[in-house]
This record gives sequence, C-alpha cells and structure tokens, in this order.
Amino acid sequence: MEIKILGTGCPKCKNLEKITREVVEQNGFEATITKVDDIMDIMKYNVMATPALVVNEKVEIKGRVPSADEIKQVLSKY
Amino acid sequence: MLIQKHTKLLVSIAVVLPALVLLYIYLQPLVNLLTYDLFGLKPDSHLGASINFFFYDTVKILILLFLISSLMGVVNVYFPVERLRVFLTTKKLYGLQYFFASFFGAVTPFCSCSSIPLFIGFVNGGIPLGVTFAFLITSPLVNEVAVAMFLGFFGVKATLVYAVSGIALGMVGGFVLGKLKLDRYLSDWVKAIQTNTERADEQWEAEHTPFVDRLPIIITEGWNIVKKVLLYVIIGIAIGAAMHGYVPENFFTQYLSSDKWYAVPMAVILAVPMYANAAGIVPVIQVFVAKGVPMGTALAFMMAVVGLSLPEATLLKKVMTWKLIGIFFGTITVFIIVLGYLFNLIL
Repeated sequence: MEIKILGTGCPKCKNLEKITREVVEQNGFEATITKVDDIMDIMKYNVMATPALVVNEKVEIKGRVPSADEIKQVLSKY
Repeated sequence: MLIQKHTKLLVSIAVVLPALVLLYIYLQPLVNLLTYDLFGLKPDSHLGASINFFFYDTVKILILLFLISSLMGVVNVYFPVERLRVFLTTKKLYGLQYFFASFFGAVTPFCSCSSIPLFIGFVNGGIPLGVTFAFLITSPLVNEVAVAMFLGFFGVKATLVYAVSGIALGMVGGFVLGKLKLDRYLSDWVKAIQTNTERADEQWEAEHTPFVDRLPIIITEGWNIVKKVLLYVIIGIAIGAAMHGYVPENFFTQYLSSDKWYAVPMAVILAVPMYANAAGIVPVIQVFVAKGVPMGTALAFMMAVVGLSLPEATLLKKVMTWKLIGIFFGTITVFIIVLGYLFNLIL
C-alpha cells in the first residue's frame, strides 16, 4: 500500500510520520511511506487541518495525531 | 464484541462525567481537608493560603479544560473546517459570512501549524481575504484553553465578554481588512492561486462513522490538550499562587489604574511580542486584577497575548508580505486597545 503523510513540517506532522513508520515496521505491513510537505499538493486532498494520513490516495485521518493502535487498525483494512 | 465495547465506553462515561462534576462542586472542602487537616497548614498563613489556592485552581482548571476541549471536539466532528469552507463558498450569506467565519474560528481547536493550510484552503476555495482574516483573527484569540482558563479564574460573565467581543473583533477586523483591498500584498504564489480558484469538488464528504465510535477519539484528543498545557497551567498557577500570598493589595493600582489613559495601550503593546499561551498567563493576570488592575486593561492584555504572536507572524510570512502582516497586526492591535477602553467603561 501507499502511505502519505501530509504536513507542512510542524512537530505534530513529524510525530505522525514517526508513529506510522513504527507501526508499519512492527507489523510487517508492505508499504511505501512518503512525506508530502508541499502545500499545494496537500490542498489536492482537500485537507485543511494537518497532519493527515493518506492511504492509497484516501484521507483516513486528518487534523490530529492518532495512536499507534488506531493507525494499525486503519492500515489493516488495506 | 462491538456492542460490548460500546457499553463499556458508555458506562465509563456515565461514571466519569458525574464524578468530575461532583469533584468540581465539592472541590473547595476537599482541598481544605487536604491542605489544612492533612498537611496541617494554617488557613491564615501566607503559605497555607497559597498552597490551598494552588491545589484548588489546578484541579478546577484541569476539569474545565478537559470538559471544554471534549465539547469543542464534538462540535468539530459535525462541523469541520472543510465543511465551513463549502458553506462559505456555496451559500449567499449577505454579510453574515464574517460572522460565520469568526464564530467557527472560535470553536475550531486552534493549532498554529494548521494556519497556513487553512489560509491557502480558504483562498483556493475563492473565499474573500476579509472573510479569511475573520477566521484567522478569532482562531487563536478564542480557543478552548483560553475559555477554560477564563471560566476558572474570572467566572461566566468575564468569559462571555471575552468570547463575544473576541468574535466581534474577528468580524469587524475581517470586514475592515477586506475593505482595504489588501490582496496585492499577498505572496506572488498565493495571488496565482487566487486567480485560479477551484470550486469543482465543493462537496463536503460526510464521514458516516457512528458517534459512539468517535467518542473515544474525541475524549483522547480532549485529554491530549490537557496533557499539552498541563505544565504551563501548573507553572502559571504556582506563580499566581505565590504572588497572591505575597504581593500587597493595590500594588498595581498606582501604575495601571483605569484613570491613567496610557494604561490600556501600554498593556497591549507590551503584550504583542509576548509569546505566552493562555494556560500560563491567565493565572498571573488574575492576581493583577485582584491587586487593582482594572478588568478591561487585563482583558485587552490577554487578547493581545493570545491573539497576536510573533511565531504566528513568521508562519504567515509564507503566504503574505511583511507589509500585509504589519497591517493585519496593526489593525488588530488598535481594535484591542479600543476594546480595552470600552471594557473599562462598562465593566
């Protein structure tokens, strides 16, 4: 699966990226993780509250940093 | 399994919520019991009064903060900022758009790192600059932390005055800034977006997640906000408690009383470069008020501290020129000073 972290580089965004990487690693998900920090690219997802977690081009979580458990749940759907 | 999970959640809410309310009501006797009976401190000593004050205020504020953050979380689930954007771009509002932008700026949890995506999102959706400013003004000015702190330290009346005048400030400020035709002072790339707005996918996609599934997330977020400001609350209250016990009555009156015409502008201008969050500053302000600073001056000071911060200005540099940031901050500063005089007259 293709995971994207949307965020302009604030601490919350970095935190989301870190947790997501950990979850992917620990659970052996097959995923590519890309950080999207260009504001116009972020706008394409119709997201105005960062950070956001996008999986296969679908916005799953936005405007907050979810717990590792919640990310795991989201990724398990794919 | 799923039903079990929900029942458990609802039961725990049914237990925790009344428990918090009860604790709030009986807090003073409980704290008295702790400090005077258990610790053996004397109620009429400086130390005893200060420590009692510290425990009472910290717990009270944390309860309020948690409840208000969770409440705003609920509002935000049903009215996220994306939905506001659709609402503002698709409806004819006859001037009321300033009110809506300002009002939702107040109820949306504020995070300075979201202000740029928000700004671009609004511009991109074709929302006029003035309306965008209305949102941008109230978003930090009236936020869940400021409201909780105000409720805890100054009571319902002062909180309402603060929130209502904050929203009015956003409306009037946005309207005036909109009339000034400031679009030419935006950064070039933002101007390019402005001429090329997208209204194509103006559909707000409602997520059909049942409320019970969202509640744990809302509550966790509420708790996260409490955790984030906890340290500032404790430091602020500790300083406040220490000052309360030791600063003499009417200490500030001679410098900052309302009959000194320069008190309000001085307080506001001092506040603009100060970057303190509401959590840390309100407990200290309360002591100022208790020791003779008029409420209006204190309110204006608070507004300038939370509403205008230099870190936010540097963030905004990405989307606007320094000139526009200067006009934006200058206008708001003037309005806050006017509000300060007004409060001193009526409060």
